[in-house]
Amino acid sequence: MKVVYKAIWDLPVEELFASGHRACAGCGPAIAMRWITKTAGPNTIVVNATGCMEVTTTQYPETAWMVPYIHVAFENSAAAAAGIDSAIRTMTKKGLWKSGKTNVIVIAGDGGTYDIGLQSLSGMLERGHHVLYILYDNEAYMNTGIQRSGGTPRFAWTTTTPVGKAIRGKIQAKKDIMGIVMAHRVPYAATASISNIIDMANKIKTALEYTEEGPTFLHILAPCPPGWRFPEERTVEAARLAVETGYFPLYEYDHGKVRLNPPTSAIVADPKRRKPLREFLKFQGRFAHLTDAEIEELEKEVVANLNYLAKLASL
Amino acid sequence: MTAVATQIQKAKTVLALTSNYAVAYAVKAADVDVVAVYPITPQTTIVEKIAEFVDDGELNADLIHVESEHSAMSAVVGAAAAGARVFTATSSQGLELMHEVLHIASGLRLPVVMAVPARALSAPISIHGDYSDLMNTRDTGWITYIASSAQEVYDTVIQAYRVAESVLLPVMVSYDGFLMSHTTEPVELNDEEEVKRFLPRRERPNVLRPEKPITMGAFAMPDWYYEIKYQVQEALQGSLKTIEEVDEEYGRTFGRRYGVVQTYKMEDADYAIVAYGGASFGNAREAAEIAREKGIKAGVIRLRVFRPFPTSYIVKYLSGVKAFAVVDRAIAFGGPGGGPVFTDVATALWMNGIDVPGISVIHGIGQRSMYVEDFVKIYEMLRDGEKNKVVYMGLRL
Ligand SMILES: Cc1ncc(C[n+]2csc(CCOP(=O)(O)OP(=O)(O)O)c2C)c(N)n1
Ligand code: SF4
Repeated sequence: MKVVYKAIWDLPVEELFASGHRACAGCGPAIAMRWITKTAGPNTIVVNATGCMEVTTTQYPETAWMVPYIHVAFENSAAAAAGIDSAIRTMTKKGLWKSGKTNVIVIAGDGGTYDIGLQSLSGMLERGHHVLYILYDNEAYMNTGIQRSGGTPRFAWTTTTPVGKAIRGKIQAKKDIMGIVMAHRVPYAATASISNIIDMANKIKTALEYTEEGPTFLHILAPCPPGWRFPEERTVEAARLAVETGYFPLYEYDHGKVRLNPPTSAIVADPKRRKPLREFLKFQGRFAHLTDAEIEELEKEVVANLNYLAKLASL
Repeated sequence: MTAVATQIQKAKTVLALTSNYAVAYAVKAADVDVVAVYPITPQTTIVEKIAEFVDDGELNADLIHVESEHSAMSAVVGAAAAGARVFTATSSQGLELMHEVLHIASGLRLPVVMAVPARALSAPISIHGDYSDLMNTRDTGWITYIASSAQEVYDTVIQAYRVAESVLLPVMVSYDGFLMSHTTEPVELNDEEEVKRFLPRRERPNVLRPEKPITMGAFAMPDWYYEIKYQVQEALQGSLKTIEEVDEEYGRTFGRRYGVVQTYKMEDADYAIVAYGGASFGNAREAAEIAREKGIKAGVIRLRVFRPFPTSYIVKYLSGVKAFAVVDRAIAFGGPGGGPVFTDVATALWMNGIDVPGISVIHGIGQRSMYVEDFVKIYEMLRDGEKNKVVYMGLRL
């Protein structure tokens, strides 16, 4: 990771994501949007998939976006971005693009990435477009009212995986989207959390720089108060606990090399520094039903994942 | 005078081309920037030929080898939103897969141009020609041409860019799958420099540019959605005028023009067949000759522009006949009129208070052979007073 920002003071002052949008109070994705646009700067085109970030920010005739923005549909943001990239490249050659170097950034939710948009994401990555794809992960289809997605964790309550007598929340584990992206051998992919702003901003900068070579990817954890069922003032805390409990490790994939970032690297080096998973789970309504045995099961998965990542990082 | 004429004569290039290759040559002449490529029969040879042009350096365009037609349409929508001149082509299942994004292209008012050699739909799977795929797109807000010769295909693709960029709507250029996409005809090519003058690059006001940020594809509540969709309807209805003007100017520049409907022997016709596409028009014309030998005053009307529907022309030509038939190469399943275009024609007449008896003929489904005699029979049916029914012609029962 290229360290451009050392402290919050180093970040640009200019806001490119306007306040007054219609996202819920305490919306994790909205926090992400603010830092993404700020870091990327005005020479950026945003391609947004359908989802909370689109419907809450573009209610005609108003918009929260101070950079050029397009929403096409739910499953095709990567394909639309590929078209924009292709247009900029050819038009530059023909002297028809006069804006100079322009970032093309996709912003899509977990549903639009893990599920319905996976095909177009894969195609875009395979073809090597100069696009930064940012997944903001709130771990469910929130815009349609909290349904499970491929990014929803095991045992989580959603409206389509209700907690009943026979089945207790989502049955399957969360899909390893980073693994899928890394398998495309892109120049750069990284995880980030809205609780670790400086780390996230530096990763955005790094990813944008690497898009000269090819597609880059960021997986940002962005908690959703109504979807996860916690009070809206605890969003950043939820994201921080996700990182500190090892539930959402911070790491990068840089030209084939996996590197763990703080605080995940510290947790892996000294497992005693990892907070118990219960701290992350228990204040969220979506996990309120979990038994100790189930928490233990999830904790085992967290540890196994950290071990797996530590191995990858040692390669 | 003669010297000048010979000079023009000499400058002309005539090649033997399939309609698919005619599309590719027109796309090259239009100097497009971005082409989304995805194979499906009978479309594939278009994008293969374009790929050759790009690889030989004859066309300076970027090919996006997308992973599906849904992405093909999405990619050209993105590229057009950034201000590029774009092209893609598809048929059948590919067109169906694009359906969602077809509405978005027109809703965003993007001048996308697409070729559609028309093909039957699954199931059962059929790679052969009919117009089932195209007819399913009729309410998507696209301007839709249906050409009837390779020459017309070439000319129409060039006209399509001019129209699309003038009225800010996407345009489809369709024609018979296989019967035209894979058969060779002589095609006169234009001088490419002259085509460039005919298709000047103009900066569109609403494109994605960092200097002037705009939000495209916003979310509209009930207080705005209707007005925005109405604007598409208005632009589409109004585009007929532009389509005709562009056709006229094209005629003045390159010597060929087609109008929005083409007629054959309609001046004194008592009985008319309304048709679209190459094979139907060809057969209907031949049948009209034969019918006239039998004493039936037969004429043909071909729809060249299907959307916007050329209502005034249909009304004008059909209000004077004793009876008409529409030959549809698609089925409007479960509908009241059998075929989709028949339903349109009947509506056009009814809306204008004209009561002419008509027959809805379905033919050529899945490329079932259409014979000239079949079309003669249609004229005989009209003469014999048959009316207001659906005829499934060529069907084995
Ligand atoms: C083809 C299609 N299917 C379904 C929908 C309905 N839909 C709109 S947004 C959405 C959920 C988006 O979820 P996600 O990508 O996780 O983003 P979030 O809303 O959580 O921000 C769904 C299912 C759609 N717009 N298009
Ligand atoms: S539902 Fe969740 S993701 Fe959607 S706007 Fe509200 S807080 Fe944000």
